[in-house]
This record gives sequence, C-alpha cells and structure tokens, in this order.
Amino acid sequence: MEWDWDFVWQIMPTLLQGFKITILATILGAAVALVIGLVFAVLRMTAPRPIARVTGFIVEFIRGTPLLVQLYFLFFVLPDIGIRLPALVAGVIGLGIHYGTYISEVYRGGIENVPRGQWEAAKATNLTTRQAWIHVILPQAIPPMIPALANYIIAMFKETPLLSAITVLELMNQAKSIANSNYRYIEPMTLVGVFFLVISLISVFFLRKLEARYSRVDER
Amino acid sequence: MIMIDWSGYIGLILQGALVTLQLTVMGCALAVVAAFAAGLGRVSRFMAIRMLATTYIEFFRGTSIFVQLFWAYFVLPFAGITLSPMQAGVLALGLNVGAYGAEVVRGAIKAIGREQREACVALNLTRRQAMRHVILPQALPLMLPTFGNNAIELLKGTAVVSLISLNDMTFQAQVVRAQTGSTLIPFVTILVLYFAMAWVISRGMRWLEHRVTRGLDGVRA
Repeated sequence: MEWDWDFVWQIMPTLLQGFKITILATILGAAVALVIGLVFAVLRMTAPRPIARVTGFIVEFIRGTPLLVQLYFLFFVLPDIGIRLPALVAGVIGLGIHYGTYISEVYRGGIENVPRGQWEAAKATNLTTRQAWIHVILPQAIPPMIPALANYIIAMFKETPLLSAITVLELMNQAKSIANSNYRYIEPMTLVGVFFLVISLISVFFLRKLEARYSRVDER
Repeated sequence: MIMIDWSGYIGLILQGALVTLQLTVMGCALAVVAAFAAGLGRVSRFMAIRMLATTYIEFFRGTSIFVQLFWAYFVLPFAGITLSPMQAGVLALGLNVGAYGAEVVRGAIKAIGREQREACVALNLTRRQAMRHVILPQALPLMLPTFGNNAIELLKGTAVVSLISLNDMTFQAQVVRAQTGSTLIPFVTILVLYFAMAWVISRGMRWLEHRVTRGLDGVRA
C-alpha cells in the first residue's frame, strides 16, 4: 500500500480535533500534577513520621506501576464504588497523580537544595516562617526546578495516547478509529507519530533554553 | 451473589505475569545493546555516526512506547515486515528505552575525567583499548542507578502491549474483568504484582551496583 496524500488531507480535520483533546488533557493533567506533587512533597517533608512514611510508600507504589493500569483502575473500579467519572476526567486525574509522584521529587529536591544557611539567615533577620518561605526559600528553590518540571510535563504529553484505552477521543483514538473504518493504517498512525515528534522536538528546543537560563542560578 | 472460583483466574493472571516478565527481560536485553551502541555512537569521532545516533535517540524519545508499538505493529506490515505482537513489543520497548539509556551511557562516559583520557594517550593505548579497559569500567557504575530506573520504566511500558492483544498481565486482568464482572480484585492483583516486579528490579540493581563498585574503592576520590 502506498502513501496517499489525498487521504492525509481528508483525515487531517479529525486528527486535529483529537489533537485538541490531547493538548487539553496535557494542560489539565499538568495542573493536577503540579498541585498533587506539591501535596505529596509537603506531606513527605513536614507531616508527622507515620504519615510521611505512608505517603512515601504511596509515591513509590504509583511510580512502580504502569499508568495504563492506573487509568483502568480509575475508569473501571471507581464506578463500582459509586464514583462515576467521565473518561477525560479519569484520564486527567490518572495523568496528574502519576506524574505528580515524579514532580513531588522535583519539589523536594529543589527545596532541600536551598542551603541551610539561608534558613538560618532568615531566622537571624527575624523573618517569620511565612516570610522566609516567600522571600528567601522559594525564590531560590523554584528557578532550578523549572527545567525538570517542564521535562516531566513533556513526558506526560507523550503518554496521553494511553487515554485512548479508556475511550477518551484524543489524537491516538481518532487515528485508530480512522484506521479501522478505512482499513488504512499507514497515514493515520504515521501522522500521530509525526505530531508527537514535532511537538516534542520543539519543546526539547525550548527546554534547552530553559536549562541554559535557569541552571546559572546554581553558580552564584 | 455466587462465589467465584478465584484460583482459575489467579492462574490466568500469573500466566500473564510470565508474558510480562518475558517482555521485560527481552526488552531490557535489546535496550542495553541499543543504549551502548547509540551512546558510544554519540561520542564517536565520526560525524556520520554521531548524527545517526542522535537521530535515533531524538526519534525514539520524541514519541511514546505506545505510538511506536502501534506503528511497528500496524504500519511495518505494509513495508513487508510482519511482526508478531511479542516481536513488536520487544522491538518498541527495547528501542524506546534504549534511546533513554544511550543518553545515560554518553553522560557516564563524559563524566570520566580528562586526566584518565590523557593517561591513556600517555600510555599509548588505542582509542578502543582506552574505552574498553579504562573508560567503560569506570563509567559503568555511574550508569547502573539510572539503568535501574530505565528498567522499571520498561516494565511499566510492557502494559501497553495488551492494547495489541498480547496476553500480558494487563490483558489477562481485562479478561478476568470481562468474565467475572469484578474489577477491584484483578486490577489490585496486577498492581501489586507490577510493584513487586519493580521492587525486585530496584533491589537487583542495587546489588549489582554493589558488586561492580567493589574493588573500585579509592580509585576515584
């Protein structure tokens, strides 16, 4: 079978529709991941010992199991206990929790990398804990985190095709349904690959720029 | 409610676990080969080889295992290459994780100090000898922790082969769900099994790390 450009233009609108959902899932997933990551990080760093340890175990467990199975869990098991989520919501929560566990490590690393002396200096100048966080610790902790956070969000973007397994009509799912109804796999599957590759390569380019910009913070 | 005979279903899931294990082991083997080939290619002195390695790495890191797997399984047949689900799975998993591994190999080689290279030149070692006897033995321990994480990523990646109907653990859990209508038990079972496998990998890597760093004590300050 040959590559057919006419067919490509014919399916492009459907693929773009799917691509919109892919982008939407990525943005929402990133928002959930950034918040959940913070919750995990704070629990592991400041909660009483037993809670911190349980959180640590949960984080390890989520990181050690496949996202696909976690999505199935959210999509198939939760309705049995009365929580019925629309596919996209289940997908966004799944992505958010999974990548939240990775992101929590970024937060933790970033905060722990602020030298102890900065805390002591904040205390010595009579800043409240709140002031110390806002004016001393976070401004130093956040910039070095940015490239790592962006990296995980790009990784999450690449994993969004998994949402097709729980019936979200994103790019991959649209491509699959086009392929199945036309019996042509070359164009839709290749285009999915190209879409992801192009966006990833562009984002890697910007990631390099972010790294160049923010890694200088370390070398004071 | 009727009692379900779980032993048969657990058997199904364990059969799936074997397939998952098989995929992980073969995928890791391919990934290690690809990682060293491409990682060494990235530090080659020939530009053509460097470019080839870079293209491979960027290409496979730019899309997910899922997309690559579907491509290998559904598009390659049109180019005359028909793969079984297992072959497509090993190929996609191995090449994808291998691309991440290649960057680890390259990073570790670059991390070995200049003085080591200069010593090799002073001793008149060929580039090949220097790599084989001086650089790689020191770079290997640096790679192992990240390789462990990559192996766990590969294990997690195996779940997507269920979507091209290879009867791995995730696929079998779906079968059990379809036959019993129970969702909690099959999915919790496989989550625990995946986690156990990931734990074995991370312990195994730590042990390996311990072994290869033994005797290197004091070599690097």
